[in-house]
Amino acid sequence: MGKNLKLVTDPLNLNNPITVQVLGICSALAVTVKLMPAIVMSMSVIAVLAFANVIISLLRNTIPSRIRIIVQLVVIAALVIIVDQILKAYVYDISKQLSVFVGLIITNCIIMGRLEAFALGNKPFPAFLDGLGNGAGYAIILVIVSAIREFFGSGSLAGFKIIPQSFYDFGYSDNGLIILPPMALIIVGVIIWVQRYKTRELIEEK
Amino acid sequence: MKLDTNSNLYTFIYASVLVIVVAAALAFTAVKLKPMQDKNIRVEKMQNILQSIGVIANFEEAEKLYKTHITDSYAVNSKGEKLKDVNAFDINLKVQYKEKPEDKVLPVYEAKTDDGTKKIIIPLRGKGLWGPIWGYFALDDDYNTIYGAVFDHKGETPGLGAEIATPDFQKQFNGKTLFEGDKFVSITVYKGGKGSAEKAGDTKHGVDGISGGTITSKGLEGMVKNDWLFAYKNFLEKNKK
Repeated sequence: MGKNLKLVTDPLNLNNPITVQVLGICSALAVTVKLMPAIVMSMSVIAVLAFANVIISLLRNTIPSRIRIIVQLVVIAALVIIVDQILKAYVYDISKQLSVFVGLIITNCIIMGRLEAFALGNKPFPAFLDGLGNGAGYAIILVIVSAIREFFGSGSLAGFKIIPQSFYDFGYSDNGLIILPPMALIIVGVIIWVQRYKTRELIEEK
Repeated sequence: MKLDTNSNLYTFIYASVLVIVVAAALAFTAVKLKPMQDKNIRVEKMQNILQSIGVIANFEEAEKLYKTHITDSYAVNSKGEKLKDVNAFDINLKVQYKEKPEDKVLPVYEAKTDDGTKKIIIPLRGKGLWGPIWGYFALDDDYNTIYGAVFDHKGETPGLGAEIATPDFQKQFNGKTLFEGDKFVSITVYKGGKGSAEKAGDTKHGVDGISGGTITSKGLEGMVKNDWLFAYKNFLEKNKK
């Protein structure tokens, strides 16, 4: 059981897909202006990753190795389209904000990376947990970054005004710079810095 | 018998079966969810129309508010004649945009605001920098003065062209007139950011463009002039008071 638990907890910190493996950066920059879209994006990635992992793991002994990448892509693409359709039907507003980035989950390196590295060689249940763990590792960074950006950039969290009007009356103003994509990169950089400072295992020996 | 997963035949059959299964799954989802997606698009259109007369509707109320505020809808041709048996709401502006001026079927909505005054709502469609832009003009009962304007876009640059969707930009149109005397001049968007319409001495028919969003601004001007709104010229002239 301990081994299975590690599959979920490892990617949250020690083996985080964004801050340690540095995968999936593109969407982490693009959809983190506001908290809500970031959460929906994270849930979409978790769903796609977990199910793609299970499906590929179930098929792993039948997949012809010469076309395995294509098979993985077909499975991922199908899942992403289904997720996109569901978002368009049930949370139309947010799907409009996420626009092309849901479709771009297909090209998110985390997903193919996990399929290649884990699902092809493991049973469905561990693969499912691995998918959840890596998805959650991605999600946690997205949520942190988007919370920081929405708070300082728009003065709100998930659409609710946090910074009271009286602050603005005293001359406080939202930081417009933090809404622009480069600031997301800097925030991710700062998170990596803090994480490495706290976690000794991550520091390479010379 | 052990299957040879590397044989050509196996690979071929495997790939075929896989894509057929996936295609079936996708087709099933798309068909199942289509009605809800269509409804979302309809409701969004209603919200946009209502917004032009200053009614902010959330998703649940939109349909009800639309019914109370929009009193009539019909289509006209470019000569300004009313067309019979056309459902104005379902007219596809994307198709009409490409039609020749004389073949255009142009939707018009009549609405009443909370205080009971009649407004005329004209849908707009044009080209931005990256894709289509669209919007609605709500006109006063004189078919001349703009009561409210909303614009939206598919994918203009955030912070630049996308500013056309902000209230600050749209507010500028309120009170502007489409006619100068009897001449249909519509609205000009002046390049140079804040204050440029005033500098050009055109406060009655001019608004400030967006600095850094010139192509979108010009596209929007085309939308309210030659590219689209001029098709309504005869209709507006006929009813103008």
